[in-house]
Amino acid sequence: MSTTTLTAPKEQSCTLLAPGHTACTGCGEALAAKLVLGAAGTNIIVTDATGCLEVFTTKFPQSSWEVPFIHSLFENSAAVAAGVEVALKALGRQNEAKVIAQGGDGGTADIGLQALSGMLERGHDILYVCYDNEAYMNTGVQRSGLTPFDCMTTTSPCGELSWGNKHNKKDMPSIAAAHGIPYVATASVAFPKDIENKVKKALSITGPKYMQIHSPCPLGWRSKPQLTIQVAKLAVQTGLYPIFEIENGKVTKVRKVTTPKTPVEEYLKIQGRFAHLFKSPKGKEEIQKIQEIADRNIEKYGLA
Amino acid sequence: MSTTFIEGSIAVAKTVGVCRPHVISAYPITPQTHIVEHLSELVADGEVKAEYVNVESEHSAASVVLGSSATGARTYTATTSQGFLLMIEVLFNIAGMRLPVVMTCVNRAVSAPINIWNDQQDSMTARDSGWIQLYAEDNQEASDMHLQAFKIAENKDIMLPVMICMDGFVLTHSFDPVELISQEQADKFLPPFKPEYYLTPKNPLTFGAMVGPDGYMETRYFIEKTMHASLQVISNVATDFHNQFGRFQGGLIDTYKVEDASLVLVAMGSIIGTIKDIVDELRAKGQKVGVLKVRSYRPFPKDEIYKALSHVKEIAVVEKAVSLGYGGILVNEIKSVFYGKPKTPKINGFILGLGGRDITADTIHQVIKETAKAASEEKFVGLNEALIGGK
Repeated sequence: MSTTTLTAPKEQSCTLLAPGHTACTGCGEALAAKLVLGAAGTNIIVTDATGCLEVFTTKFPQSSWEVPFIHSLFENSAAVAAGVEVALKALGRQNEAKVIAQGGDGGTADIGLQALSGMLERGHDILYVCYDNEAYMNTGVQRSGLTPFDCMTTTSPCGELSWGNKHNKKDMPSIAAAHGIPYVATASVAFPKDIENKVKKALSITGPKYMQIHSPCPLGWRSKPQLTIQVAKLAVQTGLYPIFEIENGKVTKVRKVTTPKTPVEEYLKIQGRFAHLFKSPKGKEEIQKIQEIADRNIEKYGLA
Repeated sequence: MSTTFIEGSIAVAKTVGVCRPHVISAYPITPQTHIVEHLSELVADGEVKAEYVNVESEHSAASVVLGSSATGARTYTATTSQGFLLMIEVLFNIAGMRLPVVMTCVNRAVSAPINIWNDQQDSMTARDSGWIQLYAEDNQEASDMHLQAFKIAENKDIMLPVMICMDGFVLTHSFDPVELISQEQADKFLPPFKPEYYLTPKNPLTFGAMVGPDGYMETRYFIEKTMHASLQVISNVATDFHNQFGRFQGGLIDTYKVEDASLVLVAMGSIIGTIKDIVDELRAKGQKVGVLKVRSYRPFPKDEIYKALSHVKEIAVVEKAVSLGYGGILVNEIKSVFYGKPKTPKINGFILGLGGRDITADTIHQVIKETAKAASEEKFVGLNEALIGGK
């Protein structure tokens, strides 16, 4: 047999995502995944899309996963999870494990959107978790559909004619909610208890669930690794990353922003990916546009 | 055992049904549809106790059966042509993860130009994917080979996916007398699927790890080694089948009047039936002609083919596929069988029947006429002269 099945070295680990993996210092995604697993417990089967998480946790011959794990391809995490879920049903093992599908923002909102939509529409009992670090980090920080407006990436550079990413971040939670699924939530690594509560709540609900966790990437965002939590917190406090729950189509809970309002500059200025906005007077106009995005979020979700 | 006059697709669906698959997932595409429609009916009627997953693409159909198979379920999917091409990324993945998925590739031309009719260009593109590929000549064989496919794939020394290739429309939509396999017979032949490794919290394993330059090559080495080992397993399963059912279906090759032949036609799939008729016709006139069917294309049974053809003076390989920029595919593999051997026959290659172009008795006669000419070459047969402007 080939050697594609691995087990994590149990004695060394104290969490379900064992240490010793190769994530960068300050990686928000590693933190988020650890929190998701911790809240979900051992009776789960997880799938993962190709991306940083899969790469830094499963480098042969080691694995950080203390729970059954399968990575197949970039765009099919939701479909593979659907296969796992129906197999458990068909084999009479549905009480054995809950199924969690995972992907990064590209694997979820871009290349994996079709498979995700199919999974949500068919009503599989699966929690899908998108670790949103707002670009294709594993391949070297290229723009994705969840990259924010005016953000500089290696494929949306700033230049004479460019302020970075021209497009607004795709509203993935609304797309998920439009499938009529029972539970959609956003979260942030800045609020670990909130992630845990939402994972537990999601897993108590039968049917498809979608969760999107804002996970800073110090390498791609060019922020200091020790500031990951602070960066994530500011995204929430400014209203740029609204934290909410949508249950059966209705927003049921939100995390309020600070009073008085924290200006978006506070969030932008500690990240190299927005540094170009601070280098010329015209950048101020761009920052104002980003402030308007935050204001719209505050208005839309009632975050004030 | 009763014989039923039945459409090829329905016969295949019924056989897949008695194999007790746990999970079936497919996306509709002509001419695969009748197979999956009938399977979904069998599931809807409770005759087959399986989860039938209607997915949003072939990519997801293959991904669903991948996930199910890794969880320990017996799984089946079917597709053709464009759907097959969309699946290909996942097909490599299934083989790389050593998951014993069984699928039907209904053979159809690929676009552009769009064409829904039969040839074998689709499955040939996955030749190197690590799937065992078996080509059916008729509907009895197609039906029987699906039962054998699960037994081959799930053999613990094999653990590779198996693809049964059957010609679109020519087989899938034609009615033939077929001896169907009963549930009792299937249960006697095919043991329950009990994989050694599967996804379960009881023994948390990692599937689909990232393997660098220090280990990747070995995964391919193991598949290649297993492919060679599967030659024997395919033969054994065919023998087991013969012992239980009295029909021999699914060995590596099949021969018809080859023993004393000086000219042998080599082919895969439903065209074999047409060639056999011509062989009979020419034999009646005293011509020593035979036909060799390549049933197992991957693994490729070099030794068996050489043994069967070593005495032959001339070989004509007829195929419904082409490697554009190279020529015939099967013909070059047949040529390689004779490399380094003491005697090499004259080997001609013929590309015909692409996109559903009719293959008639005249087409085969033309192949034989061309072969009689001195040179060894590769040719398109049956071209429409009006369209190519005499070129």
